[in-house]
Amino acid sequence: MEFVQFHPTGMVWPPSVKGILVTEGVRGEGGVLRNKDGKRFMFDDIPDNYKSQTADSEEEGWRYTQGDKSARRPPELLTRDHVARCIQREVREGRGSPHGGVFLDIAWIKERIPKGAEHIRKKLPSMYHQFMQLANIDITAVPMEVGPTTHYIMGGIRVDGDSQMSNVPGLFAAGECAAGLHGANRLGGNSLSDLLVFGKRAGEHAAAFAKGHGATRMAPADADAAVAAALEPFARGGSPEAPYAIQHELQGTMQKLVGIVREEGEMRTALAAVDALRARSRTVGVHGNREYNPGWHTALDLNHLMTVSEAITRAAIERKESRGGHFRDDYPDKDPAYATFNIVLRKGTDGKMQLERRTIPPMPGELKAIIEEQKS
Amino acid sequence: MSITTFRVWRGERGTGAFVDYTTDITEGMVVLDAMHQVQAENANDLAIRWNCKAGKCGSCSAEINGRPKLMCMTRMDELPANEPVTVEPMRAFPHVRDLVTDVSWNFEAKKSVKKFKPRAPDAPDGTWRMDQVDVDRVQEFRKCIECFLCQDVCHVLRDHQMHDAFVGPRHLVYAAALEMHPLDTEDRTRDLKDAHAIGLCNITKCCTTVCPEHIAITDNAIIPLKERVVDEFYDPFMKLVRLVRGQST
Repeated sequence: MEFVQFHPTGMVWPPSVKGILVTEGVRGEGGVLRNKDGKRFMFDDIPDNYKSQTADSEEEGWRYTQGDKSARRPPELLTRDHVARCIQREVREGRGSPHGGVFLDIAWIKERIPKGAEHIRKKLPSMYHQFMQLANIDITAVPMEVGPTTHYIMGGIRVDGDSQMSNVPGLFAAGECAAGLHGANRLGGNSLSDLLVFGKRAGEHAAAFAKGHGATRMAPADADAAVAAALEPFARGGSPEAPYAIQHELQGTMQKLVGIVREEGEMRTALAAVDALRARSRTVGVHGNREYNPGWHTALDLNHLMTVSEAITRAAIERKESRGGHFRDDYPDKDPAYATFNIVLRKGTDGKMQLERRTIPPMPGELKAIIEEQKS
Repeated sequence: MSITTFRVWRGERGTGAFVDYTTDITEGMVVLDAMHQVQAENANDLAIRWNCKAGKCGSCSAEINGRPKLMCMTRMDELPANEPVTVEPMRAFPHVRDLVTDVSWNFEAKKSVKKFKPRAPDAPDGTWRMDQVDVDRVQEFRKCIECFLCQDVCHVLRDHQMHDAFVGPRHLVYAAALEMHPLDTEDRTRDLKDAHAIGLCNITKCCTTVCPEHIAITDNAIIPLKERVVDEFYDPFMKLVRLVRGQST
């Protein structure tokens, strides 16, 4: 659960579009990241293992984006987690843009390309319209403001790789809510193939399971208890605690304390904050009736949001290294000892969350063979 | 920026009334943001259907100041300042609650359009060859996000409630995308005339006006389809030819 992927370039302004993706394609077409001083800060921090594949001048990076096979890629196209951290660093150190991001400039290519504005509109039509319509910004004339945005969680429900069934019989999961397929960092495009392959498996096995088992039996008293619990927020209609306020606070806490760059002390603070918010979430009240009532739905969701937040935080504290989507300021390097196990969280008999390091089974021979084949 | 009054339709299953809410509008906000703010501050149970906030999912269709629009793409600064903003559900579909309507009729109506039926592959490897110009022609129709604003504004559906007889602009766009597809071999002309009642459209272009994807619904989809229907069923010269040949019309 500790592996959360941030996409480096989401819109940061106006508020209505905060977080909407700005495609990697903008950087692929020659778009560059600059801080408020106009500096291309991505050149300042190129990880050693990528140095040989990364351009060492603006000129070379530009040639790469224009299809020159002999040129190396510009640092703006380094891995998502790295670019996201670099942007965050610029913002934290006071070199960000007015609305808390950095500048992504595609307009500058007009210096290099005749009819540049037309070229940009043709190559990036949906980005041009997205900014024009929502932000009144002409990306062929001025830079965009962008910042990291939560994009994907690699963790999720633990399932059997063949049937996609969890350890709750009859509960199947596939896609982003399932864990295991994307390791510590999903690569672009792999989500769709995940859905196609494992969605099919999950569907088929769920259908077979349903056929092979009768209807689930449930004690009427349990059902009554579940109904009563779900309806509780209505009974507390007069409560001063409203569901949306708690949801927003939780968002703020997780973003600030368990975000792109993590640190033990901050995460301990987050755990306590989540505990406090959970206690408050049990007192929220809602109005209206059961039909299409988003306030009530949010009140019910809060419990799950707290569970997921706690799971992410506990796993992130446990992993004292940096790997993939998980980066720790206090442990900035990869530690091979942590490559041998997954962190599994479950509800203990006492109702509390339990954490376990589970050894990753050795890779099956046929997969190893494929990887060796690809290498050669 | 400014405190703005929103006159929001509240109620269930067709009954209801406008309720006034005030909220603070800041720079860059769209109507959907304002509705979320109202929901968070004053009306936790305000029912809104929404998803992507970027004009791509077609969920947040509503009538803003009487005009069918996507709430997420309607910027506050394009509405008249210092005047209350009315927000109400789409009126062409059954009401569920507050701003939410039941649009499921559209999904049923869509099924009545015959599916894509490609010709046999052009190459032994199972692939086809198409001219770019033919591909480009249908791309416009594929931009449709199924927000159903065109259905909402169409007087045949909205005022005359002819949902049983007429499929509406959205599905004529869908039919056009299939009919003009370079690989498709199906003939939908008789359906367009009878089952879909394309003749009921009298090209007032209201659908084109409200389309958030700027599809030229009337000019590029409906009129060419009307022409196909006319060519096949109402061309006096062809009628004569068929009569001579003893074919049915």
